[in-house]
Amino acid sequence: MADEQLKDTPEQAEFRQRARAWIEDNRPAEPPVRLPQTPLEIMTPEQMDYLQAWQKAAYDAGLVGCDYPEAVGGRGMTDCQRIANEEMMRARTPYFPNVIGLGMAAPTVFYHGQEALKERLLPRLFSGEDIWCQGFSEPGAGSDLASVQTFAERKGDKWVINGHKVWTSLAHFAEWMIILLRTDKSVKHDGLSYFVVPIRSALGNGVTVRPLIKMTGETGFNEVIFEDLEVDDSFRLDELGKGWQVAMTTLAHERGAGELVTPRSGGMVNKSSHSTSASALIKLAHATARNGGTAADDPLLRDRIMQQAIHEAGFAASQRRSRVPALLDHPMRLPLQNKLLMSEISQGTSGLAMDIEGAASSLYLGDANAPDGGQWPMAYMNSFGFTIAAGTSEVQRNILGERVLGMAKSK
Amino acid sequence: MTQPDDFGFTEEAALLKESARKFFSEHFSVDKLHTMVAADPTPERAPEVNWDAALWQQMVDLGWSLLAVPEEQGGVGMPLVGVAGLVEELGRAAFPCPLLSTLSASYVLAASGDGAHQALEEIAAGETAALAMVNASGSWSPADTSVSASGGRISGTAWYVQDAGKVSRLLVCARAGDKLGLYWVAADAAGVEITQDGIVDPTRDQAHIQFSDVEAVCVSEQAGEAFAAAMPAIWTLHAADMVGAGEWQLQTTVEYVNQRQQFDKPLGFFQAVKHPLVNVMIDIDEAKSLVYASACAVDCEPDKAAQYAHMAQASASDMAGFASSRSVQYHGGIGFTWECYVHLFFKRQKHSQMLWGDGPWHRARLAEILIDSAA
Repeated sequence: MADEQLKDTPEQAEFRQRARAWIEDNRPAEPPVRLPQTPLEIMTPEQMDYLQAWQKAAYDAGLVGCDYPEAVGGRGMTDCQRIANEEMMRARTPYFPNVIGLGMAAPTVFYHGQEALKERLLPRLFSGEDIWCQGFSEPGAGSDLASVQTFAERKGDKWVINGHKVWTSLAHFAEWMIILLRTDKSVKHDGLSYFVVPIRSALGNGVTVRPLIKMTGETGFNEVIFEDLEVDDSFRLDELGKGWQVAMTTLAHERGAGELVTPRSGGMVNKSSHSTSASALIKLAHATARNGGTAADDPLLRDRIMQQAIHEAGFAASQRRSRVPALLDHPMRLPLQNKLLMSEISQGTSGLAMDIEGAASSLYLGDANAPDGGQWPMAYMNSFGFTIAAGTSEVQRNILGERVLGMAKSK
Repeated sequence: MTQPDDFGFTEEAALLKESARKFFSEHFSVDKLHTMVAADPTPERAPEVNWDAALWQQMVDLGWSLLAVPEEQGGVGMPLVGVAGLVEELGRAAFPCPLLSTLSASYVLAASGDGAHQALEEIAAGETAALAMVNASGSWSPADTSVSASGGRISGTAWYVQDAGKVSRLLVCARAGDKLGLYWVAADAAGVEITQDGIVDPTRDQAHIQFSDVEAVCVSEQAGEAFAAAMPAIWTLHAADMVGAGEWQLQTTVEYVNQRQQFDKPLGFFQAVKHPLVNVMIDIDEAKSLVYASACAVDCEPDKAAQYAHMAQASASDMAGFASSRSVQYHGGIGFTWECYVHLFFKRQKHSQMLWGDGPWHRARLAEILIDSAA
């Protein structure tokens, strides 16, 4: 339902046609290796090389960052990224590897960086040549993000960084990190500043990246240790002490509530990829024997599958409604639900898939008898990454209650 | 056919919605509603039809009752997406009137062919109508009607007729041999006996109607097809009414929990209260978005209309139940009293929740479309 054809402006219609034609001629070949369910679990250089080549090609064709100005590597178009995304999803292209760069770093650098920094960083970010990661969470700073302790101490026009970041997806491939640092220990929110720091060039020289293993058994995210890393003051975004405000730009985009539409590609079908939509549940139910028939005959499962289908269609309809001002009550009411709903709907779908599978939901990736290659239990476990990361569902409900419904801050 | 991204919600539709909101806020406060419908709290109270017929006449004069009548029969033929905006505002005000019934009858008539033109012209001229088609066990399938027809006369009893005490016409579904017909009859015709039901919800009236050899105009002998074509619009509007009422419940409850203090904090400070109210908002938004997507499908993509309408009504129906329970619970002790207005919307929503099929019923129909067609 999400890729439904809706009416375009003339610029969008022309752009859509060009995008569609280019994708038709340039769709990448099957990957030489198994790809993980999402870019956040990319583990090997072979996987990364394949995906970076795809992002570079899509960037050169104008499908990545096209709503950004030309000076920073974009194409200066109006609301065309959404069109590019729709066409790529429709054609089931591979996902982009530089997701944190595109979704979070790019808008943050764009809105808060100095011109020279933007012109230097953004083109290689869009092309995927530079992979980015995000340094927000710490062992002692999760939902209470403003309590970060990683400290930057001023030394002339340099800063010296010491501390410990965790849950850092893609750090093992990253050239750059967006990072929230404490520059003043005497105040909480106002003692934070926001930087971009080079990671790869400083490995072994102030930066250590160590993999963390997830409950699924996959790696992909890391912890990053800073020991006396020196960075230039020109890598600071916005003013000193304004780190919290800059971080809000990052988080708004991460949660799908930002000004700029994130370039998005995906849906490629290969032996390990896997759709987590309600239509996939229907296929699974038809293929699963149950009580002498199939799971698709079970009235309780039918009802639950329809609940998921309705949540999915409702989410797509809300995306449309968010563009019709006369049907909105509060400007942030729908955008601030995006992250919460996407993560919880997908958790509901994969959890239901395991219930449909029944006994076979016990079988994991290494078992030849596992339905859908054992992807559903893995998707269900990975879904908790999304309901926890980027502000847990509980934090999202606080934000909605406080910012949209005006309820007192729960802290 | 493709759906416009903005649901086809034009400036005209936005103006209608805005003027409806203004109309109800100027003329019909919730205080007025309570005074009008809740004078007698006795559980065994005799059924009454409490409404403001003069205010309803103003709505008729504004042309709202003939929005669903095609232009050829003197109506407006407005796209459903615009009508949905009006009905959402009606639900927010819980204004007792036969608007939904008359619109619903109009959609069935408009799907009934030439024989229905006269009836549609009467609605265009200001007459109002209710659908009489449900049997004693409450089946929403028109084929289960317990009214029969023979030689232009109808007999039997129709149950759960909404707004029967407010309308001037009845559109009756009756079986004539192996055919299912639609019959148009004046509510005060000889042989029509309307008995008001004693119902929980004081914001509306409901009746069972006995027809004893009543002379009626047969407008169609293909009632099944007419209902199949019209039901997506009816479900969509019914869901829009629940969305509007749900928004009233949300806003009223949020206002209360932001003001009421316990443990030196407003109730909304506590996440045991805050998070479920956010869930109510999320559920309203899902239902609301599906209402406009469904209305747009009826207008622009009819072969998807039933699918979207089942989704909209299933979502709205579940939401109506949840918003109702939370609105009373978070008003605490006062919410449990007759003097606190939340009970009016609670009762209206619990009535709406089952009307024209509840969540499980619509999901079962949706499954026939989405699951069985993929077999």
